[in-house]
Amino acid sequence: MIQDLNLSDINNLAYMVASVCTILGIKMLGKADTARRGMLISAAGTVVAVIAVFFDGRVLDSWDATNVLRNGFFWSFLAIFIGSIIGLTWAKKVKMTGMPELVALFNGFGGLASALVAFSSFYLLYTADGGYVYDLVHDISTSLAIFIGTITFTGSMLAWGKLSEKITGRAIVFKGQTIINAILLIAALIAMVIYVVPAFDAQTTFIAVITLASIAFVFGITFVLPIGGGDMPVVISLLNSLTGIAVAMAGFIIENTMLIVTGALVGASGVILTLIMCKAMNRSLGNLLFSGFGATDTASSKGPGAEPKSISVEDAYLILEAAQSVVFIPGYGMAVAQAQHVVRELAERLEENGAEVSHCVHPVAGRMPGHMNVLLAEADIPYEQLKTMDEMNPTMPMQDVAIVIGANDVVNPAAETDESSPIYGMPIIKAYEARTVFVLKRGKGRGFSGIENELFGMPNTLMIYGDAKSTISSLAGEFTAE
Amino acid sequence: MVFLLLIFILIIATFLGRELISRVPSQLHTPLMSATNAISGITVLGALVVCATSTDDPLVLGLSFAAIVLATINTVGGYAVTDRMLGMFKKKEGKKQ
Repeated sequence: MIQDLNLSDINNLAYMVASVCTILGIKMLGKADTARRGMLISAAGTVVAVIAVFFDGRVLDSWDATNVLRNGFFWSFLAIFIGSIIGLTWAKKVKMTGMPELVALFNGFGGLASALVAFSSFYLLYTADGGYVYDLVHDISTSLAIFIGTITFTGSMLAWGKLSEKITGRAIVFKGQTIINAILLIAALIAMVIYVVPAFDAQTTFIAVITLASIAFVFGITFVLPIGGGDMPVVISLLNSLTGIAVAMAGFIIENTMLIVTGALVGASGVILTLIMCKAMNRSLGNLLFSGFGATDTASSKGPGAEPKSISVEDAYLILEAAQSVVFIPGYGMAVAQAQHVVRELAERLEENGAEVSHCVHPVAGRMPGHMNVLLAEADIPYEQLKTMDEMNPTMPMQDVAIVIGANDVVNPAAETDESSPIYGMPIIKAYEARTVFVLKRGKGRGFSGIENELFGMPNTLMIYGDAKSTISSLAGEFTAE
Repeated sequence: MVFLLLIFILIIATFLGRELISRVPSQLHTPLMSATNAISGITVLGALVVCATSTDDPLVLGLSFAAIVLATINTVGGYAVTDRMLGMFKKKEGKKQ
């Protein structure tokens, strides 16, 4: 049997090993202890696959010792070299608050790469000597890879621009947005049909493919344009998923199992994260895709509740000093103000004082899924203190103090009690169940969404007004003054 | 038929992905995203095949060259930044070292 193995078998064997490495890597990402090693294995898998592709018959044939400019190996190595240098530089330079931008940027590149692969492969067929040959499977996967890949590219670039504040991060809504998107999608479908159905000549097919790519280019923009600010996590997850699908389609074009497997994994990952984000934001996927979101009604349903009570830093210290358990509930504003370092300091003082400290982050906090946890980890807050909402909520009644910093809607009990509230049904961190709640707030105004927060008026809630960062550092200072 | 086999692989891999990803704790969702992002750069394989087979055609060579550069940025940058992030998630004991 073994002598029957030829080069392409060995090649496929390498892709199989590489796919297993990738799968293993994602599996090991399930635990913080093994995550880093897992990613190393996954990266090693990618290296194996890239080496293997150079032994692919089609690539081997391109070796041309006489003319370096006609040698596929030369161009490939050069491109890999340039890409690696750029990738490493950006990965090293990026600040952790800038992670979402970088992910969006990389994502866009991945999408464009898949679209380019698909287009090149079409163009090679189109210009082939024997005339253009129709192949249904190839044509469908090519059209999908071009369409999805290009949407991912322009959508991600726009998301990158919004996140890095090169353009306004707010939702840009214009009249007839849904209709324009619908027309674009129908036009894309027609172009796709013209391409796939063998009834048209090669010239028409070529025009159809170019049209398809152009429509996708525009659609990527009109699809992300109306999405703003706090809704970005959903968009990034969705775009991530689209890249995966584009990769899988590219896999069908070149008939490579590795691309199909990894594309499916990435696609599934993006979809799961998108659904988690939707649920945490109280939006359905349909609502998210077809109604300009990020522009929710901000009308408050109820009049102002009870007048919030405020407390001084000194009195707050006395309560904290007696506390046995303290949970911090930070929002993205806390990270923007770079207050996580003083939070860690206060947490350490509390621990020295014998209290049990945890940090609880709502799934939608930050600009991408899990973003806040990375920012807290960067400030040296230990992993075991980072709790998810689902882990924390059952133990909330046992917490002596909950400190809410820069979070608002995600702790608003109206989500559970007030059916007329726009956030009704959204899962929240049940901060109000803690024995005492401190809310650190700049002033008495409403929060980001403009919804009245009932938590502030509750009898166990105490407001500490002022700049969160200086409030926390003076609280920490009170401990050391002892 | 090769096509059906490939579809079969796609479906199985999607289910596998669903199982694996739903086990990743939400604290690690950002590294997860940047990791899957890096993984999707595997499309570089396609770009390499096209590039190698098209050195006669300057247009396709240019396009596939760009595709390799972009996909490599995605892969190398993605893995590097994921590793950087995961390095920050530390247990308490190891923190003081």
